[in-house]
Amino acid sequence: MSTWWVLAFSFGYLALLFGIAFQAERYGRKGKSLVANPYVYALSLAVYCTAWTYYGSVGRAAQGGMQFLAVYTGASLMIPLFWTVLRKIIRVSKVQRLSTIADFISGRYGKNISLGILVTVVSLFGIIPYISIQLKAISSSFAVLTGTDLGIQQGIGHDTALYIAIGLAAFTILFGTRTIETTERHEGMVTAIAVESIIKLVAFLSIGLFVTFSLFDGPAAIFEQLLNRPDLEHLLVFNTDFAYGEWFWVNLLSMGAVILLPRQFQVAVVENVNEKHLSKAMWLFPLYLFLINLFVLPIAAGGSLLLGKAVDADTYVLALPLAADRPWLALLTYIGGFSAATSMIIVSTIAISTMISNNLLMPVLVGVKLLQRRLATHFTPFLLYSRRLSIVLVLLLAYAYYRGVGEFYSLVSIGLISFAAVAQFAPAMLGGLYWKGGTRIGAVLGLSSGFVLWFYTLVLPSMAGAGLLPQSLLQAGLFGWSWLRPTALFGLDTLDFLSHGMFWSLGVNLLGYVFGSFAWPQGSKERNQAEVFVDIFRYSTVYESSIVWKGTAYMPDLRSLLEQFLGKERARQALVDFEKKYEIDTKASQLADPRLVTYAEKILAGVIGTGSARIMVASVVKEEEISLEEVVNILRESQQLLLVNRELRRKSVELKRATQQLQLANNKLLQQDELKDEFLYTVTHELRTPLTSIRALSEILHDNPDLDEAQREQFLSTIVKETERLTRLISQVLDLEMYESGKQQLDCSWCSVAELVEESVATVQQLIAEKNIQLQLALQPNMPELWVDRDRFTQVMLNLLGNAIKFVPEAAGRIQVSAYFLDGDFKFNVSDNGKGIDPALQPYIFDKFFQAPNQTKRKPKGSGLGLAISQRIIALHQGSIWVESQPGKGSRFSFTIPASSPENTSHEA
Amino acid sequence: MKPKILIVDDDPSILLSLDFLLKKAGYEIFIARDGAEALDIIRREMPVCVVLDIMMPQVDGYEVCRQVKSDPLLATVKIVMLSAKSRETDIRQAMELGADHYITKPFATKKFLEEISQLLAD
Repeated sequence: MSTWWVLAFSFGYLALLFGIAFQAERYGRKGKSLVANPYVYALSLAVYCTAWTYYGSVGRAAQGGMQFLAVYTGASLMIPLFWTVLRKIIRVSKVQRLSTIADFISGRYGKNISLGILVTVVSLFGIIPYISIQLKAISSSFAVLTGTDLGIQQGIGHDTALYIAIGLAAFTILFGTRTIETTERHEGMVTAIAVESIIKLVAFLSIGLFVTFSLFDGPAAIFEQLLNRPDLEHLLVFNTDFAYGEWFWVNLLSMGAVILLPRQFQVAVVENVNEKHLSKAMWLFPLYLFLINLFVLPIAAGGSLLLGKAVDADTYVLALPLAADRPWLALLTYIGGFSAATSMIIVSTIAISTMISNNLLMPVLVGVKLLQRRLATHFTPFLLYSRRLSIVLVLLLAYAYYRGVGEFYSLVSIGLISFAAVAQFAPAMLGGLYWKGGTRIGAVLGLSSGFVLWFYTLVLPSMAGAGLLPQSLLQAGLFGWSWLRPTALFGLDTLDFLSHGMFWSLGVNLLGYVFGSFAWPQGSKERNQAEVFVDIFRYSTVYESSIVWKGTAYMPDLRSLLEQFLGKERARQALVDFEKKYEIDTKASQLADPRLVTYAEKILAGVIGTGSARIMVASVVKEEEISLEEVVNILRESQQLLLVNRELRRKSVELKRATQQLQLANNKLLQQDELKDEFLYTVTHELRTPLTSIRALSEILHDNPDLDEAQREQFLSTIVKETERLTRLISQVLDLEMYESGKQQLDCSWCSVAELVEESVATVQQLIAEKNIQLQLALQPNMPELWVDRDRFTQVMLNLLGNAIKFVPEAAGRIQVSAYFLDGDFKFNVSDNGKGIDPALQPYIFDKFFQAPNQTKRKPKGSGLGLAISQRIIALHQGSIWVESQPGKGSRFSFTIPASSPENTSHEA
Repeated sequence: MKPKILIVDDDPSILLSLDFLLKKAGYEIFIARDGAEALDIIRREMPVCVVLDIMMPQVDGYEVCRQVKSDPLLATVKIVMLSAKSRETDIRQAMELGADHYITKPFATKKFLEEISQLLAD
């Protein structure tokens, strides 16, 4: 394929990344963050899959079969621990504003400068070669695709890797050093990385599908052909010489690498937007690993079958489509590999350059008084430029490494040695997270000895193997002492290369850490940090107030310190934020609040790293030594204060709720009181009406002794009638009162319903005859007996019958009465052809006096309390009563009573 | 000619006593059992006085009072409320609508007649 085409695509792709990152930052500024979702987070974690995965896995599988999987099974084994370990690291880092793994470890052990430097150095040694092999992968894939020589073999001016490195440096500077605060997220960079993850997955799946289904007839066909080739059997089985030791160590290393690699720390911790995104990443990330490994074996097998040993297995993914004359597919594969390499380079470079500027450069800078004075006003640009310079430096180093020695290494060996380097952080890191006893001296001791042994047992042999060092070193040992042989230290020669190296480096590291922690005491600052790191979930909400600090600090000093590093405007904003958070006026006193000292240090840590921030703050405040008991007490107090506060808040919420409930109950009582008043008023009003007639007529009779007999008779009988009405009203009111207060009880027995209905109709027969009403009675034959209170039951029927009689028209009145059992319930209906009831009034018809408040319309006469009482009687029988009516067409009153046994009929109201 | 008085009430016993009392006192009596009927009779007969109950089906006493007092043709018609509603607010409402007098039930017959004749003398 033409060199120019491939070059055009490579740089076109880089331009695309710039575009994506640029757009993402624009969206971010508009508040529509693209990275604030768990999918982007999970995809960015897939920066774990580098060119090593992309090209190296196939190469490794072609040689060692399943061995290649360990890198991914290890990473997947770590996933279940994300929720505990990684979440804790994220929380600590956010609270303490830690931006690199160097910051994290130095922060945990009292913000110690030397630890930060040590971690940075280890990372540099471990990661620069790793970055360089990514450059190599780009360069060699370019060579394969274009059919030219490897860039290394050409002059620097003809090496594509150089231009790629320059392009990536530009990208990283542009999107990685936007602001001075390293704890701020890089939205553009993360979005670009997520897109790259998609591209490399799609590309790898495409080539996998092509090999499996186009070059062969599916996976079954590949494996069938493999069976006929005994020389390729190792691809499929864990045979007897399978390196179990290596399998174990690669798994373990990968578990660590997924968190400890600087680029993983960057995407998983620093760029994390929300801890909750972890829960989705916990299944998406392993799924990604599974998918990207799905076709590794088929491709390795296909390559071995079709191309054999003539072609480097690392380049099978490119060589296979080229051999099949599919240049565009090869180009897609190349772009996939390109994205795998570039994403790793970008993120690693940001992480390492931050370490260099915050943990190497800054401590020196702030440590030298003269330099500090010189830079006093130009700190912000200086910081940015130093970080940009670091990026260029890292990429230059990587490029130099690639030009110098990269030729001699395979992808995988360098990758594993990198893993082994960052694995040295594990004891200090995990110990620091879960063991308060781990100390600075232990960490320094463990880390430095681990690092030396790592170099001696893993790096030296590789260099000797590549011919960079004399072979005699391996065979005879350093200084000719055979017990110092790098691959058989102290005569340990039964382990394979990797297991041997890991045994010594990690073993001594761990021992050193534990021994150092026990042998030397912890400093006060360390104690404080240990407490906060290990119990982060307890303290994270009270961070500033829980930090233990004793001494004096002056406001102007702190302010100018902040201004020096943040600029005037940002420093002012930071102080305003602080005042708001704690409701303190920082201008009120010349002495700074202790919490402000901690706050300022935390803000500075986000800019210049924890160690440097510590030094800067210490330079302006007068600190006093503090004992362990004090540390623990103050932490506990602030914790208790928080609990008390929380308790108080809970109490006040409860109180508020109780008040509301009381208010509600009170309103209800008032309402009931009003109803009661209204009822009493209506009752007296109803009583006044017959009383008026009785009094007036009595006075007339008294004052007019000369009335004629007929008139006298009429007045007297009216008086009697009104007296009866009065009596009835009074007894009804009392009745209702009995029902309402629940004092009324039923006296139930088994009754023949038909008999009761007939009796009731017979009672009103006289009235019916007087008004000449047609009455139809429909009784279901052979009705069973009903468990009712005979008198009350009859009272309801009489009330309904009486109402019907009252409201049917004179002369043309018709009433229909029916009684029957339906679905086990007794049902009774009374229909009339009266004038019906206004639908608006129907809901009130069973109310006492059927009074809406301030009613001035009179209810049809005589029906005062009858329906209200009927309703309560039916309710006591567990039944219901209702009316259906259309004005002008009559009404139908009905009730039902469940045909129940005596046990479940309530005898009491 | 005897002065005309209209009695409006939905209770027959009360109508019975009022009819007897006022006839005996020398008035010509008309009777209505609800508000609508009362308004018809008022417009037709132009009584000097209406003895008006408040709580009635359909058109209530307040409504009758409001219509009479807002009709300039009926300016001479005096209205006496006769109601069992005895609350201060009920009475105030009637007076605001323009009622000329308010008597609560039950009433003393002699005093009732005195108040009617005094009202008509004004």
